[in-house]
Amino acid sequence: MSTLDFVGLQPGAATVRGFAPAVAKPIAAQGSGDALVRIAGLTVAFDDGKRHVPVLHGIDLEIRRGETIGIVGESGCGKSVTWLAALRLLGKRARIGGTVSLDGQPMHDFSDAAMARIRGKQIAMIFQDPASSLNPVHRIGRQLAESISLHRGLTGQAARAEALRLLDRVHIPNPGQRLSAYPHELSGGMNQRVMIAMALAGEPDLLVADEPTTALDATIQAQILDLLREIRQDSGMALALISHDLGVIADICDRVMVMYAGRVVEAADSRALFATPGHPYTQGLLAALPDLDAPHRRLEAIAGTVPEPGKLPGGCSFRLRCPHADADCAAEVPGLGHIDKAHQVACLKADSL
Amino acid sequence: MLRYIASRGLRALITIFLVLSFAFVILRLSGDPALLILSPDAPPEALEAFRKGWGLDAPLWRQYLGYFLNIAEGNFGQSMRDGRPAIDLVLERIPATLAITLPAFALKLLIGVPAGIFAALHRNSLIDRLVMSLSVAGYTIPSFVLGLVLVLVFAVNLGWLPSGGYTSPWHAVLPIVTLGLGGAAILARFTRSAMLEVLGQPYIRTASAKGLIWRRVVTSHALPNAAIPTVTIIGFMVGSLIAGAVVVESVFSWPGVGRLLVSAVANRDLAVVQAILLLVAACMVTSNLVVDALYGWIDPRLRSGRTVKAGG
Ligand SMILES: Nc1ncnc2c1ncn2[C@@H]1O[C@H](COP(=O)(O)OP(=O)(O)OP(=O)(O)O)[C@@H](O)[C@H]1O
Ligand SMILES: [Mg+2]
Repeated sequence: MSTLDFVGLQPGAATVRGFAPAVAKPIAAQGSGDALVRIAGLTVAFDDGKRHVPVLHGIDLEIRRGETIGIVGESGCGKSVTWLAALRLLGKRARIGGTVSLDGQPMHDFSDAAMARIRGKQIAMIFQDPASSLNPVHRIGRQLAESISLHRGLTGQAARAEALRLLDRVHIPNPGQRLSAYPHELSGGMNQRVMIAMALAGEPDLLVADEPTTALDATIQAQILDLLREIRQDSGMALALISHDLGVIADICDRVMVMYAGRVVEAADSRALFATPGHPYTQGLLAALPDLDAPHRRLEAIAGTVPEPGKLPGGCSFRLRCPHADADCAAEVPGLGHIDKAHQVACLKADSL
Repeated sequence: MLRYIASRGLRALITIFLVLSFAFVILRLSGDPALLILSPDAPPEALEAFRKGWGLDAPLWRQYLGYFLNIAEGNFGQSMRDGRPAIDLVLERIPATLAITLPAFALKLLIGVPAGIFAALHRNSLIDRLVMSLSVAGYTIPSFVLGLVLVLVFAVNLGWLPSGGYTSPWHAVLPIVTLGLGGAAILARFTRSAMLEVLGQPYIRTASAKGLIWRRVVTSHALPNAAIPTVTIIGFMVGSLIAGAVVVESVFSWPGVGRLLVSAVANRDLAVVQAILLLVAACMVTSNLVVDALYGWIDPRLRSGRTVKAGG
């Protein structure tokens, strides 16, 4: 993976308009009762036939109704796996621990059928590569209608009318024509709009958007993000936006979680995170972002590479790349601690930085 | 589209032409029918008369030209053994061949496809390993060995079924099973890998994420897509309905096209061999064309003039 990739310098980063988050809401208090989704101590290991390779080491996070959170981190840090595990979409080779609760109900008690009813209906998910995320042999209309009949019980003409409404909702021109198109006949941006329309069919409480714009070019990225923002405002659904790109996150999210090597290393209100990043890793990510006011400033990328899962150093996983690390950092894995009411950091040195 | 069909049709004809030309030359260079059909001790005048009668004394290029001119007129030549039209000899064997290859084909589909799907859906389970071991066995054991083993078990030891011949429907059972099991093994492997490929695709995850139960994910999103590559191998099997039973027919003395081919080659009964090859090549080429058409029908990406649109 290239350095550019990890600091979020895809073409889209150029569209960032400064770091002030759109809406600044208070951070969700730990343990508050009104969480829509709460993930606690989530661990995932993959069984590769010989051994278990741990990729998540205990993720805690919470999303309240209507809230938008951003999840950032380098490729491979476990952003996707977190949500795929929560929705039980990882397949048999994944060993999952910890709890995920929806409206206070622990989901590991749910049967497979109950999980299927949650997917798309309460928690919908869209993915990075819209072109391959739609089935190439079925028409757009059929794939949309499938979701509509599943979640709303509509069929025939009623389903078609709803499909048209949804395509219109995501600003797809000529929706009538698009219904009979195949995914390969649409552009990546259009396919991602179709994915969003499909996700909206279930009127979910939470939409997990897993790098929804990474595969698209810059102008399309901005359009899709605008669409997500607009839908979130109109529908009041919560949004979990996964991205490599801090700029994108800054633009839409109330809160941000920074992940590194299968752990959350910093969680804060967006404004606080961008103003006073507490973790050396977050500081490195921010330092590497291009600054629109001074476009020629040298970028400071974080030295070193992400350790592979299963080959983490003891203690803090970031210590080998960290300018502030010392012997204490090798002793134990730092837990998330509050440095402020709305700001948690997993770093022994957080207070002195 | 019309140009596409025309070019495919032309290519098919060229394929058949090449097969026939190749066979023509090889057959004529590899032995003298006169010696084989009469006998090496026959008087030289008789041999000479035979060659003259069948036009074998003419230069090769004249024979070759004459052969294709005759085909163009619908004349496929006569058997050198009994003088009957070669095409009649071949056509009258087809029912016997189809009597074992069609049921065997059904057996391949009925066993191979479900076994492959099941194995893929239960990847790495005990059943998957069992299916795959059987499949590898079926794949690697030559059909004459399998045939002989079945004969030993069911005809010789158990005495349940006849070992060869064609006087009752029971005689067809072992040839059908031999052919069917071998093909089922191939099809199971193929179907399994096609399914595994599809099950790893992002759109399967999308289908689950939208709330479909697993059974519906499989039936609406995995099976139709896995059918695309599987159709190729099934098409190939259809193409070999006529000629795919050469070995099995010989093992079980089944009076089909395959055995006719073996004896015609042995006797250098040129017209008969060539008529069979023509038929076989035509079947293969036709089934190929049909597979192509089916492809376009199942896979919409191939329908719109084979262009894939990209970009934002
Ligand atoms: N099905 C799987 N089997 C084995 N390992 C997996 C599987 N899925 C993910 N992993 C591993 O888990 C780790 C986390 O992967 P994940 O996809 O969550 O990363 P990510 O943060 O989403 O990265 P990206 O930004 O590239 O999407 C990676 O090291 C990856 O190799
Ligand atoms: Mg990912």
